[in-house]
Amino acid sequence: MQARIPVEGGDVVAALRGFLRDLLEKEVVEAVVVPMVTPSGAVTPALVADPALLDAADPLTPVMGLNAARVVGPVTIREPRGKIAAVLRPCEYRALIELVKLQQASLDDLVTVVVDCPGTYTVPDYETMRANGGVDREALLAGARTGEVAPQEGYAFRDACQMCERPHAEGGDVQVWLFGADLSAGIPVSLPDDLAEQLGFSPAEADGRRAEVVEKVVSARTQVRDERFAEIRQRLEEEGIEGVFAACIRCHNCMTNCPICYCKTCLFKSPIFEHEPIQYMNWARRKGAFRLPADTTLFHLTRLNHMVLSCIGCGVCTDACPADLPVGRVFRAVGQEVQAVFDYVPGRDVEEPLPLVTFKEDEWTEVGEEE
Amino acid sequence: METTEFEPKIVAFLCNWCTYTGADLAGTSRIQYPPNVRIIRLMCSGSVDPTYVLKALLDGADGVLIGGCHPGDCHYQSGNYKARRRIIALKEILKQAGMEEDRVWLRWISASEGQRFADTVRKMTEFLKEKGPNPMKREWAV
Repeated sequence: MQARIPVEGGDVVAALRGFLRDLLEKEVVEAVVVPMVTPSGAVTPALVADPALLDAADPLTPVMGLNAARVVGPVTIREPRGKIAAVLRPCEYRALIELVKLQQASLDDLVTVVVDCPGTYTVPDYETMRANGGVDREALLAGARTGEVAPQEGYAFRDACQMCERPHAEGGDVQVWLFGADLSAGIPVSLPDDLAEQLGFSPAEADGRRAEVVEKVVSARTQVRDERFAEIRQRLEEEGIEGVFAACIRCHNCMTNCPICYCKTCLFKSPIFEHEPIQYMNWARRKGAFRLPADTTLFHLTRLNHMVLSCIGCGVCTDACPADLPVGRVFRAVGQEVQAVFDYVPGRDVEEPLPLVTFKEDEWTEVGEEE
Repeated sequence: METTEFEPKIVAFLCNWCTYTGADLAGTSRIQYPPNVRIIRLMCSGSVDPTYVLKALLDGADGVLIGGCHPGDCHYQSGNYKARRRIIALKEILKQAGMEEDRVWLRWISASEGQRFADTVRKMTEFLKEKGPNPMKREWAV
């Protein structure tokens, strides 16, 4: 059903808080995962059980330091667990779907609330904004309404957001539609009929401009994406992956922050790459010199092999890189081609199996039969 | 001084049940093939972790051959079907990463195909001689 969350006095955030409070007070769920403003003013996801504390909830804060799918995993993965709702950006929802397929999260006892995302800032940028008068949220929402979304003057959206071609809520139990919406008339939402009934919503059509505005935002960002893909592909061709990642300091932040990279027994945290001292010496003799730490290109290529089919393009890897390497651009550009080989769109459908855990007998029948 | 011809090094990951046995048959049948291949026996082509292939290439192997049972013949029912997808993904990633994916060959060779194993090694050796050494052999900064 399409309905509207009533907005009083133009306060959209208060209206969303009210919606979440309703979910708790009407016992739809026992707790909500939502971005919360800490007493010091920073923003972090939290699992909120007390409706009174939702005054600090800020589901629209345009800052993204981590992908919230990473925190939804641990609170949903197995029983006993609470019945919870999770407020997610579209890229966080897509990551969650991949984590469910990887058996690292569960959609059972979970209500996903996917909110249209006009764009987000990095944590350092957001903190600078906070220190200098705050974030102009009104401008961002106005931009979402018209499709002319621009970052605050003097700032840029996160690299991944600038080239995000799926910023609109797709899938999920509840969708909160900001694109094309006149929010003074209420926030348009799409939600299951039984939930609408439980919350006392009556049907209300959305503005009808959403599709048109989404199209506008998507086409602008697709253009940026294609330019960046072309640029990074040219670099990969000319310099090779070892050239693009030459300044890597092997901190593994990209891996640690990647919502998809979940392995508790990660190869690169294992002793496998702690070689014998004489082995390094042999390599140095053979090649004349030997890059240390060892296996840097192997690390990136292995990570590509392990997760690029599930890369949903949230770009937290890029933000986490202290060497300012274009990690997300590389993974997205490579991912686009590899995903196309398997006709796979990560995050699209929880029923769609991961390409490397399934197979058909009658596919690629020519492969391996060559002379 | 006489110049020596480039002799490529091929690292071959062969499944225990088909291709390794096929290689054994080539030997017991005294079929000649180039000595450029270094064989590593695994239980199944499905147990070839792409990282093995990557490690070999980055350390300077000129080619990597993965050998498994023909589709339908896997000792473990589906290992080779999974290997097929995995190697297709790996080769696409190598291509996108600016590496030479044609140094990686996947071939189905059964236990009775000693001749096919010998032919494959010969063809791969010739192909790699033509192609030249793996540039990674000299790259220290990888």
